[in-house]
Amino acid sequence: MYRYAIKMLFGDSAKFYGILLGLGFASLLIAQQASIFVGLMSRTFAFVGGVGHIDLWVFDPTQSFVDEPKPLRATALDRVRGVTGVAWAAPIYKGLLVATLPDGRRQVCNVIGIDDDTLAGGPAVIVAGSLSDLRQPDAVMVQVESSQQNMLFPAELAVGAMPAPGQVLDPSLPKRPVQIGDIVELNEHRARVVGLVKCAETFSPGPTVYTVYSRAITYAPPSRRMMSAVLVSAAEGVNPDALAQRIRDETGLESMNPWDYSMRTLGYWMRETGIPINFGIAIALGFFVGVAIAGQMFYNFTLDNLRYFGAFKAMGASSRTLLGMVALQALVAGVLGLGLGLGAVSAFGLNAAGGKLAFKMLWQIPLIAAGAVLIICIFASVVSMWKVLRLDPADVFKGA
Amino acid sequence: MNNTIEPTPSPTTRVAIRLRAVEKTFGKGESAVRALRGVDLEVPIGELTMLVGPSGCGKTTLISILAGLLSRDRGELSVFGQDLGALRRDQLSAWRRENVGFIFQQFNLVPQLTVAENVSVPLVLKGESVSAAVKKAGELLATLGLEGRSKSAPLKLSGGQQQRVAIARALIHEPRLLVCDEPTSALDAELGRRVMTLIRDRSHQRDRAVVVVTHDDRIFHLADTIAHMDDGLIIRSERPTRTTVAGHGPLH
Repeated sequence: MYRYAIKMLFGDSAKFYGILLGLGFASLLIAQQASIFVGLMSRTFAFVGGVGHIDLWVFDPTQSFVDEPKPLRATALDRVRGVTGVAWAAPIYKGLLVATLPDGRRQVCNVIGIDDDTLAGGPAVIVAGSLSDLRQPDAVMVQVESSQQNMLFPAELAVGAMPAPGQVLDPSLPKRPVQIGDIVELNEHRARVVGLVKCAETFSPGPTVYTVYSRAITYAPPSRRMMSAVLVSAAEGVNPDALAQRIRDETGLESMNPWDYSMRTLGYWMRETGIPINFGIAIALGFFVGVAIAGQMFYNFTLDNLRYFGAFKAMGASSRTLLGMVALQALVAGVLGLGLGLGAVSAFGLNAAGGKLAFKMLWQIPLIAAGAVLIICIFASVVSMWKVLRLDPADVFKGA
Repeated sequence: MNNTIEPTPSPTTRVAIRLRAVEKTFGKGESAVRALRGVDLEVPIGELTMLVGPSGCGKTTLISILAGLLSRDRGELSVFGQDLGALRRDQLSAWRRENVGFIFQQFNLVPQLTVAENVSVPLVLKGESVSAAVKKAGELLATLGLEGRSKSAPLKLSGGQQQRVAIARALIHEPRLLVCDEPTSALDAELGRRVMTLIRDRSHQRDRAVVVVTHDDRIFHLADTIAHMDDGLIIRSERPTRTTVAGHGPLH
């Protein structure tokens, strides 16, 4: 009879597609919103993860998240270097500065200053140029994806050229992407592009610009505290967590491994902003839309077939058989609806990959969507099963 | 619990169904409706018995009880020697699977299934494989003049063809008791006569019985016994004669 149950489900195409769309839409909304949420939240600590080959971050103990500007004194670097078990320690600067483009447009940039000597904390992928080029005068490297959207140069301007004194370039003229050799002003300091890099999208707006630490702090407004954090590599055989504790004890600064620092940042955004609630509402809406549409459609489907279930019952079908038929119909609709929804989310994710849209579908998200669809199906089928269980086989003689 | 039913004892008499003082009441208190008020009825083996009477007289309740779809409140009921009141619900389902074929007024053919699949349902419920059941259904449909229609959708058939499909579904598992509810109400006179002839031929087979609820006086002459019901009672049971059939009067 289970084969016939499936035929009954597929045969009523209007309701079947309605159920499928309801479940598909629910799983789409749940998985898509969850993926965007995860993608967005991942960006809050993407910078931490993007700095490779280090064991510990050392930062101000009151700093809640990586982008919070609570810089350290320059002496912090030497104090950290003095802790036993530190193989090396390097300063890093991170701040938002304004770049002025040749046509006068201004663009906020996320400027990263990495250690002059070791170049530790550099970008993950260098598209053009060499990291050591940062040691050249006024050298900067810019993030290729974001700069191609936000750091565009007038097409008529030759690479490396600047407008003549008094020359005004029309900002509406055609543009070209930034290239090696282009000149920009960073907080009214000359900066020359020597390379293009790829790095993780972060929560900070605008393109990311890398330079060396000593130059970054000349670009930044002067202050006694310029160092955003200290990057630490533990000596061979030294446990990083034990080293972190020792740094905390000896310097009074906070020290964490990259994972803990990321979670500290994430925790701040989760606690202090309405982002989780807003996405939670969207995900809940997806769930309730699924319950409302698919549940109602499935219930109506069962109601439409009630006379046939009644006939089967009269002919000797047991309640277990009938309930199995309803459950199977719900399960098949659920699996197909889930597949439809997740397929659409995956297509959405592929389309969004590399773009501005934050999207990250962890393996847990399809499972969560599947769980939600399962609950919707159970809800829909239990209501329908109740109707079938209460069905009086004698009703088939009433001509209903 | 064991769902199997002890083999039905071989009837020692020629009676397929025996009801004694069967009562059935729906509801409670002032809104209670006494649908059956002490029905006595015997349906002989190998005969076609028609239940006739005005709407609301208890015909549907009576066939529901004797087909094992509804429990009685009081009285005795045995069908082919089996006391249906002694069976649990799951045993009753199993008993119906084995022993009863139904022809419904509205046919109740599942539109999403093919004609043969609809006919195969009782066999599939008995545990036969779908392919074997559908094959048998096709063969039976051919004997009912529906060859080549096995894979059709039921709704693409005429009313008469649909009724023949419903008959095939009722007969495919060779039940001992065939229960028919207004089997000719949707058919014209000629089709109704042909359908009833099929059903009557079935009733005359050995160890079988047919109970038909009908208002259709055109088919009364095909009955072996006509049981007249009114107000929850069998008021008269008779063998139809040319006079009673032609005059219609005594039947209403």
